[in-house]
Amino acid sequence: MGETTRAQGAVPPRGGAAEAAGRALAGAAPDGGAAVRPGTPADAVGGVRPAYVAAPADPAAAAAVLAVAAEHALTVVPRGNGTKIDWGGPPRDCDLVLETTSLTGIEHAVGDLVVRAGAGVPVADLQAALGSAGQRLAVDTVVPGSTVGGMVATGLSGPRRILHGPVRDLVIGMTVLRADGVAARSGGAVVKNVAGYDLGKLHTGAYGTLGVIVSVTFRLHPVPPALRLLRAAAPGPEALREWAAAVLHSPTAPSAVELDWPPEGDPELAVLLEGAAAGLDARGAAVAAVLPEPPHHADALPPGWGELPGAPGDTLLRVVAPPPEAVRAAAVLRDAGRARGILAAVRGSLGTGVLHAAVPADAPPEAVAAVVAAARAALAGAPGGAVTVPHAAPPVRAAGLDLWGEVPGAALMRAIKDRFDPGHRLSPGRLMEGI
Amino acid sequence: MPVPVGPEALVPRLRAICGDAGVLTDPAQRRTYESDGLTYHAELPGVVVLPTSTAQVAAVVRLCAEEGVPFVPRGAGTGLSAGALPRSDGVLVVTSRMRRILEVDVEARCAVVQPGVANLDVTRAAAPHGYYYAPDPSSQQVCSVGGNIAENSGGAHCLKYGFTVNHVLGLEIVTPAGDVVRLGGKVAEAPGYDLIGAFIGSEGTLGIATEITVRLLRAPERVRTLLAAFPTMDAGGRAVSAVIAAGVLPAAIEMMDALAIEAAEAAVACHYPKGAGAVLIVELDGPAADVDAQFAAVTALCREAGATELRTATDAAERARIWKGRKSAFAAVGRISPSYIVQDGVVPRTALPEVLRRIADLSAESGIRVANVFHAGDGNLHPLVLFDDAEPGAAERAAEVSGAILDLCVEHGGSITGEHGVGVDKACHMPDMFSPADLATMDLFRRAIDPAGIANPEKLLPTPRLCGEPPGVRTDVHPLVASGEAELF
Ligand SMILES: Cc1cc2nc3c(=O)[nH]c(=O)nc-3n(C[C@H](O)[C@H](O)[C@H](O)COP(=O)(O)OP(=O)(O)OC[C@H]3O[C@@H](n4cnc5c(N)ncnc54)[C@H](O)[C@@H]3O)c2cc1C
Repeated sequence: MGETTRAQGAVPPRGGAAEAAGRALAGAAPDGGAAVRPGTPADAVGGVRPAYVAAPADPAAAAAVLAVAAEHALTVVPRGNGTKIDWGGPPRDCDLVLETTSLTGIEHAVGDLVVRAGAGVPVADLQAALGSAGQRLAVDTVVPGSTVGGMVATGLSGPRRILHGPVRDLVIGMTVLRADGVAARSGGAVVKNVAGYDLGKLHTGAYGTLGVIVSVTFRLHPVPPALRLLRAAAPGPEALREWAAAVLHSPTAPSAVELDWPPEGDPELAVLLEGAAAGLDARGAAVAAVLPEPPHHADALPPGWGELPGAPGDTLLRVVAPPPEAVRAAAVLRDAGRARGILAAVRGSLGTGVLHAAVPADAPPEAVAAVVAAARAALAGAPGGAVTVPHAAPPVRAAGLDLWGEVPGAALMRAIKDRFDPGHRLSPGRLMEGI
Repeated sequence: MPVPVGPEALVPRLRAICGDAGVLTDPAQRRTYESDGLTYHAELPGVVVLPTSTAQVAAVVRLCAEEGVPFVPRGAGTGLSAGALPRSDGVLVVTSRMRRILEVDVEARCAVVQPGVANLDVTRAAAPHGYYYAPDPSSQQVCSVGGNIAENSGGAHCLKYGFTVNHVLGLEIVTPAGDVVRLGGKVAEAPGYDLIGAFIGSEGTLGIATEITVRLLRAPERVRTLLAAFPTMDAGGRAVSAVIAAGVLPAAIEMMDALAIEAAEAAVACHYPKGAGAVLIVELDGPAADVDAQFAAVTALCREAGATELRTATDAAERARIWKGRKSAFAAVGRISPSYIVQDGVVPRTALPEVLRRIADLSAESGIRVANVFHAGDGNLHPLVLFDDAEPGAAERAAEVSGAILDLCVEHGGSITGEHGVGVDKACHMPDMFSPADLATMDLFRRAIDPAGIANPEKLLPTPRLCGEPPGVRTDVHPLVASGEAELF
């Protein structure tokens, strides 16, 4: 045990060294296993343009590319379809973008309700393949176009997480390439398994700072026979909070209890029920019974269900708080925005207390900082409460907004980063100070 | 690096931290703690401490860190992989005096507890509000929530509801350096790396959990339990596959074979159908209409698979009668065999029939009886390997059969442990399942949190002292080939 990383203490390439690194990358995988080209402005990660983009054809080629990157002390940012590539902090440096889109392949063990998928598989393709067998990965589409690797690396989960847990609860195994290119697997292909550390948990939501995800094994669920969506507009946040609490307290076993609060107007509660068609009337009635007026209902999900609020490019705030506090924090956040001429849309899970707020991309950075500060202050005493900024519009980023706030356990996280990536070459700076 | 001292040198300072009553040095008292539920691993702990607060735990661990003395956390000592096996050169930190339920927060649907609280007591505290704590290991009357965290324990109902890791929102831990760190809270998905997720299942090797916030679930509207008897294990297995294929996700599907039924009958007179080759317990829960629809489907599928008798429970008393045989099964085999080994392995559900046949073959070839009681829904086998200590060589043959069963699990793409953990017992089996690179990477994580290697050393990962040097250290093989990932797809 105890391999060391070759990159430790090495100097990043400049001038002739950069060319040598480029040549070495091109020859990293035999038989053109990894196409390498110079980076273009369109490849920029959070405004940082990479020197090279490599698209390895398979995991072995990806490992070879990473090994060469380690030898030449290149900083590396993995990229799937790039839908969230400008999320997180801008990398301190980015020599190489490693594109995972060729790491495809879906192995569906239907009878075991398990699937293994390559990091580059589009989540929509995976869902389509599973759906044909009456199964699904119980994660909603939060950002359309995501790959499996991108979804897991950003740890994005949607409304159904109150029943099935966030995406990390569905990951049962993972293969990751370390900073030195060595492949390491944790977990396995069976749902129940406690052998060894569950390192997949660390990589989920790590923004590629600890390794490059190559493939992920998920547990699956049967697609329920029917669904019903109930929606009701609340006169204000306090009423909405009470309604949500009452629904969650009812034995109706909702798959989702969501808040949808457009930039202007009243907040709306949405309750998703899934299961036997014969049971939906009774369950729907039980939900309606705790609401002052009969809700609207539909037997299909509207377009855009579960997606983030706002428009692409907006600054995105993530509010994580004990469910009762989450709505209050959202209200504080909106009020703080309105006082500064910013109208924020809020959406998210009331059952778990994870909400996203979208602030228009052109909002003045000082005003955005004030809104974030107000929301953080509102959650000061709430156990586990946190406000982060998964995506900052370029001016906000440039103004140096603290995207993460105070993160409990940060010292342990830095210690883990130092062991896994001693040269700090993997997505440096994308996740928190010093990581 | 401090020069390690013996744990006895720490006693005065440990007394200053935990008080006289909180430090046990008397050999007879220490003897009580020499093993956990896996009694064939035993060692007298150097010193035993019984802290009552996070501050005391932190001070004890800080002292251990300063002096380079190893420590071993212990909850109720029901573990089945010798994870809480003490060290003669170390301090055993027992959480049994940290047993307070600090809060039940109904609106946030969570409870905050100290690590020594018994698993079942969480549900007892939540029940008056209509809630419960889902992970339900069979040892739940005794085992501690801290131990559950360390082992990522499951229970009969984890098929639908998942394991401990799916039900923890917040943790306060004392790190191996003696620092108190609070992670998460009354909400999951804290920013940064998922340290809670990685800590759960770490078997006391990353520090000690001193406060735990668990998620509570609303009690289901309806619960229905079915007992189905089958002439053979194959027929029972077919029913399990048919239920899953029909898109039904029961809360639990448990299976017992003829020998396990015989043992349960002898012990608790559970009156399962006579002469059955297998019984299946299927429990469905959720909204009433869903449970009723699924119940009809499951009943029909069991009949189609050849069930000879079906019994259903609708109230709690009937349900308890059905579960009685299953829950007593481990202890019950004592009635039919002087000694036994409880194995814990996992296979993909679809491999169950094949693996059960191979286990029967192993049993026939070796003359060692194997009783099967298991979580059929998720392929988690608990073969009970029966033997007579008095018979020369029997224990060795039983251990061989038990080991061969683990090999079968790995061969079929499963796991060497589904819920009991690795501990000391299976550390040397880890290389059967993981490559040297996989294990080295796990060790990177361990050393990040415990650079001095004092937190429950020599558990979970194989060491040369426990397992011998690995044969032939890899030199120049391509890393992907070495770890088996070259054939990824
Ligand atoms: C009859 C019987 C039935 C069982 N049934 C099941 C079952 O259905 N499902 C299942 O999963 N398990 C089962 N088990 C195994 C066992 O009960 C569980 O592993 C349980 O979680 C152990 O809890 P404990 O408090 O007894 O822990 P201990 O045995 O005291 O310790 C277990 C491990 O946890 C560590 N530890 C303890 N407390 C802490 C803490 N606060 N912080 C950090 N580390 C700590 C110890 O170092 C050790 O490595 C069963 C055991 C028995 C004897």
